[in-house]
Amino acid sequence: MNIKVLGGGCSKCENLLEAVKEAVAEKGIEAEIEYITDMAKIMEYGIMSTPALMIDNKVMSMRRVLKVKDIIKLL
Amino acid sequence: MGQFFQDQILGMKWLNALTGKGLSALGLDIASRLGGSIQFFIYDVIKITILLCLLIFVISFLQSYFPPERSKRIIGRFHGIGANIIGALLGTVTPFCSCSSIPIFMGFTSAGLPLGVTFSFLISSPMVDLGSLVLLMSIFGVKIAVAYVVLGLAIAVIGGTMIEKLHMEDQVEDFIRNVNSNVNIEAPDLTIRDRMIYARDQVVSTFRKVFPYILVGVAIGAVIHNWIPESWVEAVLGSRNPFGVVLATLVGVPMYADIFGTIPVAEALLEKGALLGTILSFMMAVTTLSLPSLIMLRKAVKPRLLSTFIGICVIGIILVGYGFNAFQYIFI
Repeated sequence: MNIKVLGGGCSKCENLLEAVKEAVAEKGIEAEIEYITDMAKIMEYGIMSTPALMIDNKVMSMRRVLKVKDIIKLL
Repeated sequence: MGQFFQDQILGMKWLNALTGKGLSALGLDIASRLGGSIQFFIYDVIKITILLCLLIFVISFLQSYFPPERSKRIIGRFHGIGANIIGALLGTVTPFCSCSSIPIFMGFTSAGLPLGVTFSFLISSPMVDLGSLVLLMSIFGVKIAVAYVVLGLAIAVIGGTMIEKLHMEDQVEDFIRNVNSNVNIEAPDLTIRDRMIYARDQVVSTFRKVFPYILVGVAIGAVIHNWIPESWVEAVLGSRNPFGVVLATLVGVPMYADIFGTIPVAEALLEKGALLGTILSFMMAVTTLSLPSLIMLRKAVKPRLLSTFIGICVIGIILVGYGFNAFQYIFI
């Protein structure tokens, strides 16, 4: 599973990244977590509202810092 | 009925009376300067906090239907000045903060939207939003609030169109022009519950961010309300100073504050004889342009376009101020 956290490095994006790491650890699955902060790269995915979360190249959430338990549901 | 709604629901006059009674019961003379200041401070902080929480909740809920990705697609269907108008209108409902101006700029530009349309959006988004509309209604009444919104939108449409006519596409930084993404993504489906949670989170984070500005704004308002002589305010911001509007605009531009923080200052100044247009110019200048947002925008556009943008906004705001002053008798 490939997970991408996208955001320009703001504190909200960091929070989402941490929550994702925690969710993956809690669920105990194998996942590659990428943290994408390059705006041009983020744009290429068509995303304008950050933080955003993509799982296997599908946008799951934008503009929200999801809670750990919400992320576990998405995994 | 309309008056009752204006005074008691939006203006919360009952809260002022209640605060006064409470303070008197504690042995404070609310007719004294200090007592009056304390009453104004407590009443205004509670009033603005209630309005802030309610408004941000409702607005964020509505905004969750208009993420910038969607606004981009909607605007793309329009052409010419129609696109500018739609851009300005969507600017009022799309969630915006100065930190999101870059991604929005990049997203709009790379999707092939005209530069002028992007600027119509970027001008209206901070200047006019639903929150300021309700807040202005609560303090200045419906007519003034509607006039503020209409004129704000006019600045956005005209300003954007002018930037378009100046053909400054080469003034956009290369890294933005080189982004080649015309990907339209569907925003993930949100349930009503998701939107409520989003709205609640927005209330909490906005409150944390804005509350210090409210305290400072209300404190300044309380000082003006009870300590600054009317003649001073009239001399600087009233009809005796023909340059009041220019002064208010230039002072407001570099300032970074939330509209929730500027309202109490505006309210107190108006009461002390400042002219309405002068006050509105100040508020528009504070909310639309600020040093942090300009520094952010500078990363996306070159200096010539940035200064054109500042110039157009400043001139527009000043014109609106003088217009309001000239026709003040219609509104008050």
